[in-house]
Amino acid sequence: MRILVCVKRVPLTGGKMVLTADEQSLETRHLGFTISPHEECGVEEAVRLVEQHGGEVTVLALGPPEAEEQIRETLAIGADRGILLADGGEEWDPQATAAAIVAAVQADAEGFDLIVFGNESADSGNYQVGIRVAHALGRPVVTGLKGVSVEDGRARCEQEVAGGRDVYDVPLPAVVTVLEGINLPRYPSVPAKLRARQKPIEARTPERPAPRLEKLRLAVPAGQGKQAEILGQGPDAAPAVVEVMRELGVA
Amino acid sequence: MTVLVLVDDDDLTRQALTLASGLGEVEALAIGSAPEGLPVERVWVAEGVQAYAPGAWATALEEVIDRTSPTAVVAPGTNRGNEVLAHVAARRDLPLAANCTRVLAQDSGSRGSTLDVTRVRWGGSLLEEARVHSELPLLSVAPHALAAAEQAGSPAIESFTPALTDADLVVRVSEHVDEVSTGVSLAEAKVVVSGGRGVGSADGFGILEELAAVLDAAVGCSRVVTSAGWRPHTDQVGQTGTKVSPDLYIACGISGATQHIAGCKGAKKILAINSDAEAPILASADYAVIGDLTEIVPAITAELRKAQSP
Ligand SMILES: Cc1cc2nc3c(=O)[nH]c(=O)nc-3n(C[C@H](O)[C@H](O)[C@H](O)COP(=O)(O)OP(=O)(O)OC[C@H]3O[C@@H](n4cnc5c(N)ncnc54)[C@H](O)[C@@H]3O)c2cc1C
Ligand SMILES: Nc1ncnc2c1ncn2[C@@H]1O[C@H](COP(=O)(O)O)[C@@H](O)[C@H]1O
Repeated sequence: MRILVCVKRVPLTGGKMVLTADEQSLETRHLGFTISPHEECGVEEAVRLVEQHGGEVTVLALGPPEAEEQIRETLAIGADRGILLADGGEEWDPQATAAAIVAAVQADAEGFDLIVFGNESADSGNYQVGIRVAHALGRPVVTGLKGVSVEDGRARCEQEVAGGRDVYDVPLPAVVTVLEGINLPRYPSVPAKLRARQKPIEARTPERPAPRLEKLRLAVPAGQGKQAEILGQGPDAAPAVVEVMRELGVA
Repeated sequence: MTVLVLVDDDDLTRQALTLASGLGEVEALAIGSAPEGLPVERVWVAEGVQAYAPGAWATALEEVIDRTSPTAVVAPGTNRGNEVLAHVAARRDLPLAANCTRVLAQDSGSRGSTLDVTRVRWGGSLLEEARVHSELPLLSVAPHALAAAEQAGSPAIESFTPALTDADLVVRVSEHVDEVSTGVSLAEAKVVVSGGRGVGSADGFGILEELAAVLDAAVGCSRVVTSAGWRPHTDQVGQTGTKVSPDLYIACGISGATQHIAGCKGAKKILAINSDAEAPILASADYAVIGDLTEIVPAITAELRKAQSP
């Protein structure tokens, strides 16, 4: 089976959100980059399905040229090839993102049996790109999955809900969105990282339409930057801790 | 001006209604049965939708949109609320702003209608002011971002049976598997004892479990811990894990990355136990003990036991 996984390059923000002076983005000069854990699990899930059923995993990212780094990381997990859609350095809204992904899918000669998304992107969290892509392609979509298995041209999809699991059974080709915890992604080995350097990445430059969900500015919410009351150093602080627990009514 | 809200019977629905009431006169769509006493003008009740099917819910919502011609459609920012709105957004090629916390300004100028909102990014660690360019803005409401107004009403009830197609039912819940959970649930615990990389190993969690047992607490952890395979992902607190809101959250050997804090900032109080007096968690915590958790955690457990035994 042929599987496409869509991933988004985002900054690894650490302990604090710091904005650029124009409030349009995070200050990323001193930060590393990554993809959402949901998407990383999506790549692992796709690689496992192909290990089981045969086929090929393609990873697509819409982002700056540096997003090649994130695609290479997924190739080290075991994906076979990449598609990099250059975003021209601006953020794309979810409608435009979905349209660019749909165009890339339609341009692919062989097509995909399964398209895998994160349930939501790490940074903008729009909860919709996967559903939009599925709709444009006329395919069923199941979201927020903690389990996917494929048999006889159908996908059995499991969601964690209160009291257990809800199960959906849909025909392929289909679209799924997954959550971290669906699997435990492997750590890429050194040889796998070396092999990833040789795998093909195709680059394209789609045109960005005007956003209909337009970012005006970002703001850091109040509440960051408290100063904790130090109850003590080392085990000698235990009585002070228990005192606080009593005041809070939990001990 | 009518605002249409997709409702369920929970507090998140009440929060969504509160945000929606700032946009106009509220009518609601309930699937199956109408919750009691909603503070709205009218509740449309869609009948004949059996198991959850996002396409069927979207069709029901579209029918009520056609009947009421609302100026906005709102849903709680739950899995289903976001999913159903996204289906309507995709079908009608409309923008959707997920997880809004406020409505700022509405404008219908010569260059089309816009609605400005504040929404959350990064699981709540960052806010965005966004402009929705649409005649019919679709919004979901971020959970616990605003307090629900204490209101009740006696709405008119209007039952209808949406005209579902086979395509609406291709994706539907076909089976439910029960799973019995053991111990204190992380999401509902009054106290959470949580461990990070500083705990050092899977075995290192033994002392956290002992403390949790004395406090009747749940055990949580950071993503470093689940990635290392020390604990299952169901224990992970954070942006891509569980969101907790205990009276006390005890963060042991956790640095306080924004993605971790996104999951525990609903706690009334946070106590950090960390060997680094400069760790970022101290800027999110109310109390801190500086030092080695392998000494501090057992000392707290012993102190609690001392107090409990007569
Ligand atoms: C999109 C995205 C989503 C994410 N989602 C989550 C999520 O849901 N949950 C989550 O937790 N993370 C999440 N992360 C990861 C997050 O960014 C951090 O990498 C992670 O939270 C760090 O875990 P940690 O605090 O255990 O480890 P570290 O950052 O390595 O911190 C370890 C801490 O332990 C202290 N320490 C060490 N030894 C001791 C000792 N003996 N006694 C006391 N203190 C000690 C150190 O001083 C340090 O502060 C996400 C990241 C991304 C990009
Ligand atoms: N720029 C992008 N490039 C590739 N995939 C993306 C991009 N933005 C969103 N996606 C995919 O769509 C999912 C949902 O995104 P969103 O609707 O923004 O929450 C993400 O988890 C990704 O799988």
